[in-house]
Amino acid sequence: MDNSSDRSYVIDDHGRGIFRVHRDAFADPSILERERRAIFDHAWLYVGHESELKKPGDYLTRKVAERPILIARDPEGKVRAFLNACSHRGNMVCREKSGNARGFTCFYHAWTFDTKGQLIGLPGEDAYTASFDRAHMGLPAVPRFESYRGMMFISFDANIVDLVSYLGNAREVVDYMLDFGGDDVEIVPGAQAYSMRANWKLLIENSIDAYHASSTHARYFREYLPAMGMDNSGWVSMLTSKAAGWRGVNLGNGHAMVEGPALPTPLDATAPEEQVRIRAALEAKFGKERAHKIADYSRNVFIFPNLILISYWRTIRTFYPVSPDYMEVDAWGLFPAGDSDELRQKRIENFLSFLGPGGLSTPDDVAALEGCQRGFGVRHEAPWSDISRGMGRDEPKSTDELQMRAFWRRWNAMMRGNPGATDCSDHPERVTCNQIGERQ
Amino acid sequence: MSTAQESNEVGTPSLAISLPEIEQFFVHEAALLDEWKLNEWLVLMAEDARYLVPALNAPGGDHRRDLFLISDDMKTLRSRVSQLMGRAVWAENPKSRTRRLVTNFRILESDASQATVTANFAIWRFQLDATDVYVGRYVHILVRGPSGLQFKERRAVLDLETLRPHGKVSFIL
Repeated sequence: MDNSSDRSYVIDDHGRGIFRVHRDAFADPSILERERRAIFDHAWLYVGHESELKKPGDYLTRKVAERPILIARDPEGKVRAFLNACSHRGNMVCREKSGNARGFTCFYHAWTFDTKGQLIGLPGEDAYTASFDRAHMGLPAVPRFESYRGMMFISFDANIVDLVSYLGNAREVVDYMLDFGGDDVEIVPGAQAYSMRANWKLLIENSIDAYHASSTHARYFREYLPAMGMDNSGWVSMLTSKAAGWRGVNLGNGHAMVEGPALPTPLDATAPEEQVRIRAALEAKFGKERAHKIADYSRNVFIFPNLILISYWRTIRTFYPVSPDYMEVDAWGLFPAGDSDELRQKRIENFLSFLGPGGLSTPDDVAALEGCQRGFGVRHEAPWSDISRGMGRDEPKSTDELQMRAFWRRWNAMMRGNPGATDCSDHPERVTCNQIGERQ
Repeated sequence: MSTAQESNEVGTPSLAISLPEIEQFFVHEAALLDEWKLNEWLVLMAEDARYLVPALNAPGGDHRRDLFLISDDMKTLRSRVSQLMGRAVWAENPKSRTRRLVTNFRILESDASQATVTANFAIWRFQLDATDVYVGRYVHILVRGPSGLQFKERRAVLDLETLRPHGKVSFIL
């Protein structure tokens, strides 16, 4: 008998300040199948940035929640997103990663579609009856496709709320990420496509976790930064919870972040006059106060269910489960378009020093998450992971785990069939998440 | 002596960096890397050298404008090696076993002081019961220094479409 949807994998005990997640949630294949239907089919999913499609005819293909997707800019400049499967017999119509084309011909039977998705040619059309209508045989558009300031999202739920409503409180911090560089940002060429032999939700936790950095990334903060001639004391103080202003934030509906005053970076000494000009332009455009919020904070932002924006390195990262113990990760750099060559190069080097499969930190995250996944082999004997840090605090710090609880509360609600708005805070005025387990 | 002097004046090709010399250098380098003798390996880098691994979807990229996987100047590469030889490098703890086959050497350009050379590589990496194979080609700029050949630019261009399931490039490619 399958009663799995009634079972709760989350213990959320506000009274005792205890939050636990059952390790089956990371390892059970039936959970992944339910996640696909309950979460990935009812979310807005980041697919790319409009700067990747500069000219009419530019296209790119991506895999989004297991669906092959084709995005193209049509001759009028409008960007459209299609399901990349021929309306005839399903072959992938576009097989390249990116390029420029006037249309797409499915090689299987040579049906041809334009960049608006219209079927414009097929061999032997006279074989069909009058019921065959070319106008209805175009490339199917994705159910929902919206952009927010150049960031393109797809949803497979035709009835989902609009993207801006979905982003909710997270919209403001997404704006800060996009405002940097005077609102003219672009994905730089070169993507990082890698993987981890670990459950996809471990990367959510990891991406908004300041607690692990002091130990997992000791070599970056205690070896690399000093080797670059930098004073790392601000970093060390932040990582050990002593720095003021660093906090974990629940942004509602599963979105969350860690945020704090920006710390010194190897970039600071690069092109100082240009950086002064950039700051002046920010202040002229947005005013002093908003420019301060844009430029003087570091943020790791999580948009439910699988989008991470990290302002310090200016990266966008998405990831999808392939199996319970394996995920595919894609990461890009979203940099100010107007940077000089000198600043662009230093920004890239700063990004690469920490992030990505060749960085001096991400590989250690890969090792940690893969280690967790191996550890979950004990889940029948030791079933729970603990995510309770800071639960008793009024204002959780970045080294606490409120950010992760915010994700898990939303995850739990959706897995239990409640896709509506979810208050994911530690102190909900109304209880919308399930509280079960060890309550007194 | 006078013969060498004379032939040098007419730029005799015998003084150009040669294929056997390059092949020996590559094989020596591969052994140092597979044996994790990274401090000895560092000596093979010229003072202004770069170590580059382009992004897999932009193998012909420019490290000054495009996102790479690795773009180390010597300051960063020295720190990378120091970290790899230290205790806090969890991605290489336990250390991977690697074995690299380097072959199909070609000289693209060569004179007495500098050569652009290419070779194919396949590197097997074994760690924690996983086996990953990294396949690609090297495109190196070598210079002749006082103590032998050195890298001015060391570029490993992977043929992989993605780093899946590899996940990381935590040793020197």
